[in-house]
Amino acid sequence: MKTVNHHGRHTRVAAMGFLLLVFAAPPAWSATLFVSNERGNSVTVLDSNTLKTIKTIPTGQRPRGIVAGPHGKWVYVAVGDSNRIDVIDVAKLAVTRHLPSGADPELMAVGNDGNRIYIANENNAQVTVLNAETGKLLAEIPVGSEPEGMRVSPDNQITVATAEGSSLVHFIDNKTLKLAATVLVGTRPRVVTFTPDGRYVWASSEVGGTVSVIDVSTHQVVQTINFAIPGMRAEFIQPVGITMSMDGTKAFVALGPANHVAVVDTKTYKVSDYIVVGQRPWHMALSPDGSKLYTVNGFTNDVTVVDVKSLKPEVSVRVGRLPWGIAVVP
Amino acid sequence: MKLAIAASVAALLALTVAATTSATPAGPQGANGSTVKSNEVVTHYAYLGKEYREPAPLSLLKPAVIADEGLAGVRLGTSYNNLAGKFLGLKFVLDETMVPQDGDVVAAAKKLLASGQHLIIADLKAPDLLAVADLPQAKDAIILNIRARDDVLRQTQCRLGVFHLIPSDAMLTDALAQYLVWKKWTRWFLVRGKHPADIEYANDIKRSAKLYGAKIVTERAYELETGARRVDTGYQEIQTQMPMLTRGVPDYDVAFVADKSNSFGLYLQYRTTDPRPVVGTDGLVATAWGAAYESYAAQTLHDDFLKLAHREITVRDYEGWLAAHLLETAVQQGKANNVDTIRKYISSDNLKLAGYKGEGMNFRPWDNQLRQPILLMDPLSLVSISPQPGFLHPNYNTDTLGYDEPQSLCKFSK
Repeated sequence: MKTVNHHGRHTRVAAMGFLLLVFAAPPAWSATLFVSNERGNSVTVLDSNTLKTIKTIPTGQRPRGIVAGPHGKWVYVAVGDSNRIDVIDVAKLAVTRHLPSGADPELMAVGNDGNRIYIANENNAQVTVLNAETGKLLAEIPVGSEPEGMRVSPDNQITVATAEGSSLVHFIDNKTLKLAATVLVGTRPRVVTFTPDGRYVWASSEVGGTVSVIDVSTHQVVQTINFAIPGMRAEFIQPVGITMSMDGTKAFVALGPANHVAVVDTKTYKVSDYIVVGQRPWHMALSPDGSKLYTVNGFTNDVTVVDVKSLKPEVSVRVGRLPWGIAVVP
Repeated sequence: MKLAIAASVAALLALTVAATTSATPAGPQGANGSTVKSNEVVTHYAYLGKEYREPAPLSLLKPAVIADEGLAGVRLGTSYNNLAGKFLGLKFVLDETMVPQDGDVVAAAKKLLASGQHLIIADLKAPDLLAVADLPQAKDAIILNIRARDDVLRQTQCRLGVFHLIPSDAMLTDALAQYLVWKKWTRWFLVRGKHPADIEYANDIKRSAKLYGAKIVTERAYELETGARRVDTGYQEIQTQMPMLTRGVPDYDVAFVADKSNSFGLYLQYRTTDPRPVVGTDGLVATAWGAAYESYAAQTLHDDFLKLAHREITVRDYEGWLAAHLLETAVQQGKANNVDTIRKYISSDNLKLAGYKGEGMNFRPWDNQLRQPILLMDPLSLVSISPQPGFLHPNYNTDTLGYDEPQSLCKFSK
């Protein structure tokens, strides 16, 4: 098994993970993990049981945003410097087609019907909406500068997009494909996600150092969450990735150069734990049964597996160069 | 005092309230996507620059004069401000004043202040900056320094109303010194020009050497008659001059050049007697910005700047952009656009100014200098970013760069 060990602590963690993998009964689920490597121009494919690299898929230039379609057939990769979306056929583990994304796509979202793909064009201050199958352009929606975070609501009615340079969260009505509302949040919002019930949107502000919780029905910020790790300078606490636990009781917030993932109670908005992971964790994803959290660590070129129940990091596995995002296909 | 502020705020509002009834931006509940003209909150600010006569850069790849340097950055910042503002009911209006070479900056500043402008982006050299800041009419103005790196403006000549976005020379030499110490290149050959600015910069280098335990093996002053920058086979003269300047120096690791007027520093590289790298005002430079820097989404700024100005962005353009962005941040996040609230917001550590440096930045309360990571660049690439690993500070690691509070000679007179 490939492990990457950068500190004494990680060595121990990795060794423990190795033992667990050898002696524990195999989980009742398995999944394929797709990790985009921004510098490596590739996607690393891992088997969730063995945590071994199955394949490294070459992509266009600068792969960042990576999302799985709802039916497990396709994985979409935004290759910003190639100005397109590469589409990976999950059965073939290869890029088999491209979508015309518009300039410099960074991150995108697919609704759970899988019909549309919503793309943030970082360098072009717009959101591009395409038919996910045919690539037909459905809309180009002007937003604030440097759009990045994208998410479709669980009921497919709304898409939210952040404008990083403008500190805005935009709500797009998926019926009209027009802006329905715009909300001001902390400085440089990067990732948005819905609570599983669809009532709230959580938005991370990387430079502001906060997470804003927005009520979807009123478009009001109802809570601003702050983070503090003893001994860690405030300016290094830079929230990026947000992933909700499957039951919606916990939110995991990746804190970038602080090298930790915060665990937030979604009822009280209190931070209960800070989990040490690899260096510069940004994006994250859950295993299909919600028992494991995968964090993608850009500076240590690895993915840390965190046990959701015990909140313990179990193992870190090496992926490609400067990994950015992750998609999980059951 | 209180009355004066109230009056100046009233003056600003007089300009802004044409279509508004409240000085508070619409805020989060803001807009529903479209521009809401009826309750738009308008913020006016001014750019004040001068066409100073400056020596042309030695490199023929650099334009001799850039007419809109600094100003183009403010324009781009203003377009960003309005891009975001249209979603929130905020509007930003830039008033541009470029004083001609023989013109009077103080007269231009008086005119701006009389017209109600109290937010001034100053693209001025130190004497003009101080002359403007010391005008009685400017007592309640916020002046954003995007040009003058003089240490004295952060020390004995600091002013309460002047906020320095551009780093001081002391911050730049400290940023280089940390990197050189990290590399263990601690024996420096100091080569300086003879202009007062060169001598001041050389003093900064000496201060950094002392602070970080480097040794200046020798110091030489040099003056090259600049002459025409284009001379047929002019390289031959340089090829003999530079070895003469650098001959017989005790063993050293780097040539640290202090040539603020760009009259010979460029010529040192590859021409020193001993094969040594050049750092300082040429070679490896410390700077707030460079066209080859692309981390933390900076590429967006380069691309948008190129579209707007049809040229490479410079450090003054970046500072101009940052000044406009600071005002946007203050109005947007501080939720008001009167001068007093903006001053309070930008003076507090709630300010987290995003300048494509990866971390939120705020001002040092003891001298109004913006805390910031400093880029170390050669002409074509980013080499490193200071503070370097291991250079720690109890409050902000960036406070290891330049004059920290205990060394500050700044006493704001209120």
